[in-house]
Amino acid sequence: MDLDQKSTRTLNYFVPQMVTISKSGILQLSVLVLFILGGFYALYIQIVDGHIVTGMRDNVVWGLYIANFIFFIGISYAGALISGILHLLRVEWRHPIIRIAEIITIISTIIGPAYILLCMGRLDRLHHLALYGRIQSPIIWDVLAISTYLIGSIIFLYLATIRDLAALRDYPFKSKWRHTLYKFFAVNFNGNSKQNRYLERGLDIMSAIIIPLAVLVHSVLAWIFGMTLRPGWHSTIFAPYFVVAAVFSGTGVLIIALWVFRKYYHLESYITKIHFNYLGIILMILGALYAYFTFSEYLTSWYGSETWEMEVLYKLFDPNGYWWWFFFAAIVGVVVPILVILIPQFRSINSITAVSVIAVFALWVKRYLIIIPTLETPLLPLQDMRPEYIHYTPTAIEWLLTFAGVAMFCFLFFLFSKFLPIVSVVKGEEGTNYAELRKTVMQRIIKRT
Amino acid sequence: MKNKAAGHRRKFLKSSVYIGVSAIASSPFIQRCSSKEPDKEKKVKLLTTDGTLVEVNQSNLMKMSHQPASPKEARKGIPGRHFVMVVDLSRCRNARKCIKACDHHHQLTPDRPFIKVLRMQDNKASSPYWMPKKCFHCDNPPCVKVCPVGATYKRSDALVLIDNKRCIGCRFCMAACPYSARVFNWGKPKPQSTDHSYSPETSVPSQIGTVEKCDFCPDMLRQDKVPHCITACPNGALYFGDQIADSVTNGSETVRLSTLLRDKAAYRYHEELGTEPNVYYLPPSDRLFPFKEAPEGQPS
Repeated sequence: MDLDQKSTRTLNYFVPQMVTISKSGILQLSVLVLFILGGFYALYIQIVDGHIVTGMRDNVVWGLYIANFIFFIGISYAGALISGILHLLRVEWRHPIIRIAEIITIISTIIGPAYILLCMGRLDRLHHLALYGRIQSPIIWDVLAISTYLIGSIIFLYLATIRDLAALRDYPFKSKWRHTLYKFFAVNFNGNSKQNRYLERGLDIMSAIIIPLAVLVHSVLAWIFGMTLRPGWHSTIFAPYFVVAAVFSGTGVLIIALWVFRKYYHLESYITKIHFNYLGIILMILGALYAYFTFSEYLTSWYGSETWEMEVLYKLFDPNGYWWWFFFAAIVGVVVPILVILIPQFRSINSITAVSVIAVFALWVKRYLIIIPTLETPLLPLQDMRPEYIHYTPTAIEWLLTFAGVAMFCFLFFLFSKFLPIVSVVKGEEGTNYAELRKTVMQRIIKRT
Repeated sequence: MKNKAAGHRRKFLKSSVYIGVSAIASSPFIQRCSSKEPDKEKKVKLLTTDGTLVEVNQSNLMKMSHQPASPKEARKGIPGRHFVMVVDLSRCRNARKCIKACDHHHQLTPDRPFIKVLRMQDNKASSPYWMPKKCFHCDNPPCVKVCPVGATYKRSDALVLIDNKRCIGCRFCMAACPYSARVFNWGKPKPQSTDHSYSPETSVPSQIGTVEKCDFCPDMLRQDKVPHCITACPNGALYFGDQIADSVTNGSETVRLSTLLRDKAAYRYHEELGTEPNVYYLPPSDRLFPFKEAPEGQPS
């Protein structure tokens, strides 16, 4: 495949990083592996002793695992919506960030559902879902939606990577297995116009499919809670609320990932302030939308003041209860990012990344606050004598598995970056057609006026 | 089988002698009874399914263990029945005998009972009262709706049961049940002694990582007996019966269900949730006992 000068330069820049690993890299990697091993140890204990080792009991039947599940599925939005929409809109600045966004999607769509498995009492009966699955259950909707979404995202990433795979196939690597690998995945792509045309069409179709699919996945996830007769859950706003919260956190994670890779691989010339600014503005708009949903949700249930709903609200607004967490999740995590990005003087690469960290943490806390206070408020009075049945406290096992999930996320990201350049090397040709189209349309409009 | 089903309504809760006899007659008890031997042994009179009285040698009788319905059979309800429970709140004084009987029969540890007796107070002006609460066996059960594998299911006789061999332990049913009726085996259950295999109709033995709850004792219902909690109540606060036959009993008196519900202004807990429970409550008015607080440290 013939590469232009810029692509060759990019390729030459990335390949040395892909085939080597620095000493500090090995150290960081072994820390990650240690956390992952800690998670496996916790999982072993949980399988042997049962879920008694978690903080969950008969009232709070779901805990940290489900919060992590929603969180990871949420950040998977980075790829689906951001790269899908930016692709369809032919936004020029998307090229250096689109690969990272798509990788976030795939990794988090793998790790998220793993938390559902950790939550299951009988992991050995997973096949029952296939044997006895009932389409009436929102869990089956979730299984179908997430697996479709994962497959769709993988196809999308693959199509967007074929050009790079072809370039890597033609690169003179020393190791033979890399040649074989890239040759296999490049499926004889040589960049002729026919192949390019088909590839572009495939990408357009996939990005058009992946956007509604992503919306569906998070709606179905929200419905697991929305379908139950519980205060704070049984709400029609839940599906769009979850979708907006997901894109919000997904954009935040994308900004953080860009910052990390920019530092780690010295990509200052590829990922520039423009990317942070644009993504920051998207984050700000989503933050405002999310704040609007939050306000609407809590105002409605407070104004209606139904007893059962109010019990949950009191817990959220009680300084001895969840108030400070709620304050952080619903107010700090939204207002600070909006203010910092809104005022141009505050806007810098580091500040935008910092508020993204705040927003992502706030969103994780929000997921916790969606699940726990509601489950701690059953309809029948809680007259249990045992404190662990009244109040949920996550145990070390649950935290170990949570950290293991985050470590796994970073580890898989690292692994990806050793097989593929994390910034796309070869640019497609779709831009030209659309630019011409735009030109002709503009000329027609000018003629008319 | 048809005759037996039709006879059920008449026979329901008459003296246990008949019930015992019909149970023996339909069993492999008299398989070897046709053999003719010198009549030296003690004879036993038995009633067969077609209603004839036969006399057999005692040595020909075999001890029969009641094998409960298999998980597959337990998915079908007992034909022509619709079981209901009525709880007379004016008669409950938190004696907790129902919990004890239930724990004993289902071999439960006291930390995770199927029955709870809750201290309730509807508003500040009214007096508190005790409310025994089990599974309501709803006709529109939120738990059955959400189960991803059909491990919990609704039967034609109104019962909601759990097959703990199919349950994957996702606990969605527990999140969905507004009445906190379900318990989970968080750790390894206490070893249970049983001479028969698992059945959703007995809920024994328990399994780690699965959900359990009050099952209305279908193994007793199959023998035309009432659940253990009913007979255990010293105050006759719990009634059990069949909506189709329109009769319920608390062990000592049998009354017409429709009359009882009408005259005592029965209600169902949180009717507005639309779950259509099969447990009715009679309001705690004209009480048998004045309300007394529970002793310190008593679990509910």
